[in-house]
Amino acid sequence: MTVNLDQVEPLTLKGQIAVPYTWWVGEVGSKFLIALRDEAKIIGNRCTKCNTTYVPPRKNCGSCFTDIYEFVELGNEGIVSAHTVVRFKYPLQPVESPFAYALIRLDGADVGLVHIIKRDLDRLKNGVRVKAQFKDPSERTGHILDIDSFQII
Amino acid sequence: MDNIAIVGAAQTTYERRKKDKTCYDLVFEMTKQVLEDSGLTLKDIDNVITVSNDFLDGRTISSMAVGEAAGAHDKNVSTVEGDGTFGALYGAMRVLGGFNTTLVVAHSKGSEGDVKHITNAMFDPIFQRFLGLEAITASALQASVYMDRYGIREESFAQVSVKNHGNAKNNPYAHLPMDLTIEDVMGSRKIADPLKLLDCSPVSDGAAAIIIANESYTSKAKTKPVWIKGLAHCAEAYFLGDRDLADPRSLRDAAEKAYAMAEITDPMKAFDVVELYDAFSYMEPLWLEGLGFCSPGEGCKLLDDGITTMSGTLPVNPSGGVLSAHALLVAGLARIIEAVLQLRGEAENRQVPGAKTALAHGINGPCGQSHCVWVLSSEK
Amino acid sequence: MARRVAIVGTGQTDHRSHRPDVNGREMIYEAVKRALDDCELSIHDIDAVVIGNMDHFESINYVDTWSVEGSGAVMKPIMKVTTGGTTGTSVAIAAYYHVASGLFDRVLAIGWEKNSESDTTAAIITCSDPIWDRFSYSGAIPSLATEASAYMKQYGATQEDAARVAVRDRTHALNNPHAHLRRPITVEDVMASPMLAYPIKLLDVCPRTDGAAAVVFAADGVAQKIAPKPAWIRACAVRHTYTWFGDVDYNAGLVSLQGASREAYQQAGIRNPAEDIDVAELYLPYSYAGLKWIEELGFCGPGEGPGFIQDGHTDMGGKIPVNPSGGVISTNCIGATALLRVAEAAGQVMGKASQRQVPDVEVALATGFGGCFWSDMVILGTVRP
Repeated sequence: MTVNLDQVEPLTLKGQIAVPYTWWVGEVGSKFLIALRDEAKIIGNRCTKCNTTYVPPRKNCGSCFTDIYEFVELGNEGIVSAHTVVRFKYPLQPVESPFAYALIRLDGADVGLVHIIKRDLDRLKNGVRVKAQFKDPSERTGHILDIDSFQII
Repeated sequence: MDNIAIVGAAQTTYERRKKDKTCYDLVFEMTKQVLEDSGLTLKDIDNVITVSNDFLDGRTISSMAVGEAAGAHDKNVSTVEGDGTFGALYGAMRVLGGFNTTLVVAHSKGSEGDVKHITNAMFDPIFQRFLGLEAITASALQASVYMDRYGIREESFAQVSVKNHGNAKNNPYAHLPMDLTIEDVMGSRKIADPLKLLDCSPVSDGAAAIIIANESYTSKAKTKPVWIKGLAHCAEAYFLGDRDLADPRSLRDAAEKAYAMAEITDPMKAFDVVELYDAFSYMEPLWLEGLGFCSPGEGCKLLDDGITTMSGTLPVNPSGGVLSAHALLVAGLARIIEAVLQLRGEAENRQVPGAKTALAHGINGPCGQSHCVWVLSSEK
Repeated sequence: MARRVAIVGTGQTDHRSHRPDVNGREMIYEAVKRALDDCELSIHDIDAVVIGNMDHFESINYVDTWSVEGSGAVMKPIMKVTTGGTTGTSVAIAAYYHVASGLFDRVLAIGWEKNSESDTTAAIITCSDPIWDRFSYSGAIPSLATEASAYMKQYGATQEDAARVAVRDRTHALNNPHAHLRRPITVEDVMASPMLAYPIKLLDVCPRTDGAAAVVFAADGVAQKIAPKPAWIRACAVRHTYTWFGDVDYNAGLVSLQGASREAYQQAGIRNPAEDIDVAELYLPYSYAGLKWIEELGFCGPGEGPGFIQDGHTDMGGKIPVNPSGGVISTNCIGATALLRVAEAAGQVMGKASQRQVPDVEVALATGFGGCFWSDMVILGTVRP
C-alpha cells in the first residue's frame, strides 16, 4: 500500500531532559567562592611565568600550561571594558531586564570578570568604574552571585 | 597536501519550523540528494561523518539518531560535535588519510529545543552560567568592545544586515530574504545593546551534506570538482575576560595557515568570493579583519566602499549569510556549499561572475573562540 | 597518501568515584600533563587536539572550547568528537587521521568524564529515540540484559560463567595503580550482589568514575624520535551499525564487532587472532560481554566463551591476556573509557605497562563499545606497518 504522506497531520511529542547536576568546583575555584562567601573578597591568582593575574583563579595557566600557586587579593572595584544592556526577558536571567552584563577589569587583575550591573544603566559605558556589591552574609552560599552585582561609582 | 575535492553538495531550504520531517528524515533526504548531485552511489562512499549536538537534539549520543539515515550502517563513521566546517574538516582529513570518499552531513532543528538554554550551556557552570549569559548577550559584549575600540557606529553593522538579507533574495534556500533599509535595522526591537533584532540571525531548521573525494574519485563523480587548497582551525582562550574580544587572533592564525597551504599571500587579490559566519551583523567586518582582508578596525570600511557587495570586487555572503539562515551546526557547511556552487558556476541569480577561488568559514564556542577556514578553488 | 602513525605517550588520572579536588577542566589538565611527561614533550610541541565526552553527563556544551585551558589548546586547533560509549576510540581514531592526513605531526587525543556530576542513568536514558525507544528500551542495562539472556539461552551459559569475567577483570585491576575499583572479588561475591535486571547483578557491571585519559599520536619520522619503541597503528575499524534498539538481532551476536574485527584483522594481517594477538584490552561494560564478545573476535568458537574463560586463557600468563588494566568493570569514566583501552594497549606494545606488562607484546588489540551495540577497533603493534 502506498500512502501519500503529504496529507498526514504532523504530530509532536513534548519532553525535556531532566538531569540533575552537581558540579565540583575544584580546590582553586572553591578558594575563590569561599572568599566571596566568608570574607566578601575577590581573589585571583598569578602565573609567575607570564605574570598574568587571573580572575577567577585557575589551577593552571592556559598559555604557559604550568601550575599556578600564587594567590592574590584583588580590589572590589574595577573598570568596565565591555557591556551590554539586556532588553529581553528570559528565565535564565538572574534579574529581570533591563540589566547589564559587563566585563570588569578588577584592580590588580589582568583579565576581565563577567558580571551584572543592575542600576544606573543610563550612566553605563565602557571605562566607568564599578564596585562589587555583596549579598548579605546570611544569603551568601559560595556562588558567583554572592556578588549581587556591580554598581557604578 | 594531496589533491582532494568536494564532488557533491546538497542542502535543504532553511525555515523556522520543519514540521513534517524528523532529524532522521532530513539527514536521509540530504544523503540521497548529495549522492544524486555527485552521481556517486552509496557503494562509492567508504566513510561518513555526521555532525550533531546532544543539546540541540535533546538526546544523549545524538549521532545514534542519524547514522543509518546517513548511509553509515556498515561503514566507518564518526561524529563531530560543532560547526559543520569542523565536521567537513575531519571528513577531509579522512580522505587525506586513506579513504576515497567521505560523506559529511549535518542537521539541526532549533525549533525543537530552546536555543537560549542550549547556548547558555556553553558557559562555564561554575563561574558564568548562573549569570544567564547565552550567545546573544555574550556577542553583544563583543560588539561593544569592537565599537569602542574603533569608534564604529551601529549604522555600520546595520548596513551588513541590509546587504545580507538583500543578497538572500537571490537564494532560494535562505530563511529570511528581506528588503531592508538601515532605518529598519536601527528601528528594530532592542535585544541586547548594541544588538537589535535585525542584527541577529534567526534560528532555522535545516540540514546539508557534502562529499569529499580523493583525486581518483573526482573523475567518477559527474560534478565539476571543487578543490580544497587550504584548511585550518584554531581556538583561543575560553573565558571572555581572558580574551581581547575585538581581536580575533585565533581566526588570524587559522587564516594564515590556510593561506600558506594554498600559497596565498594577498587574500584581497586571491579570493573572488567569501562566505563567512555572520551570526550577528558585527561579525562580518570583525571576521574580515581576522581573515586579513583589511587592517584591524577597517572591516566596516570594506562595505562602505562597496567592496563586499554583489557588485564589488569581493562579494561577501552572496547567499545572504548566516543572518539570513542559521541552522546551528549546518550553517558552516552551508558556507562551504555556497562556495562550491559559486565555483561550479551554479549559483544562479547570485553568481559572482567567473569566481575561481572562494573562502568559507565557520565558528565554534562563544564569540568566535574557535574558527575554521577553508580555501576552495575551481582549479586544481 | 596516508602517513604511518604511532602512539608515543599516554597519561591518565588516578580514577575515583569522585574527584572533589578538581573541576572537569582541571582533571583534563592532569591527564594531559601526564601524557606529555610520559613522552617528554611540552604542550608547545603539540600541533592539534581532539577531545570527547558525553554532553549530558556534565552538561557542558562545546567542550572543545570550554576545555582549552586544561587540554592545552589555547591558540591551537581543537575539535570535539563524540559517539557515546565509543567516544574514546572515536577520539583516538580522529587523532590518527589528524596525523595520517599529513596536516599535523603531533596530536593529543583526550577523553574524560566526571560521572559524579550527574545522574548517569537519567542522562543515558535519553540516548534512546524520544519518540520510539525512550519509554521502553531506555538506558544501558535493559538492552545488555536482553543480550545476556539471549546468549545464555543459546549456549547454556550460566551466571557463574559471567561472574568469572568480573572476577578476572577486578583481579587484574590490582596491578593497575590508576584503576578505580581495586578490591578483589570472588564469584560468590558477584552472585550475592543485588540483581539489577536479570541476569545482570551489581558486580557484573561497570562503575561510574571520574577520570580523564590523554594519548599522544605522532607521524612516521617524528614518532621514532620521541619514543624508543612507538606503538604503531596497524588498523582502525568502526561499525556503528544500529539506530534503534529494537532492530538489534540479539541472537546474531554482536554484529558490529564481527564486522569491525573482520576489517581490522584484514588491515593488520591477522589470520588467527588468539595466536597473532598478544594482549587485548576490550571495552566490556558488563561481565557477559566477556564471554560472548571474545567469540565475535574469534578468540574461540561460538559458545566456547565460558570454557575459554574458565580455562584461564584470558588471565595474565594465559594464551591471550584480556584487560590487564582491569578493564571497564574496574574503571569507567565514560568518555575516557575506550581511550583507556587504546592507552593500555599502547602501553603494552611500548613495554611500559609496569606490574601489569604482558611479556613480549608485538600486537595488541583495543576495542570500544557504545551507542546502539556499536563497536570500534584499534590494533597496535611494534612493527612499523
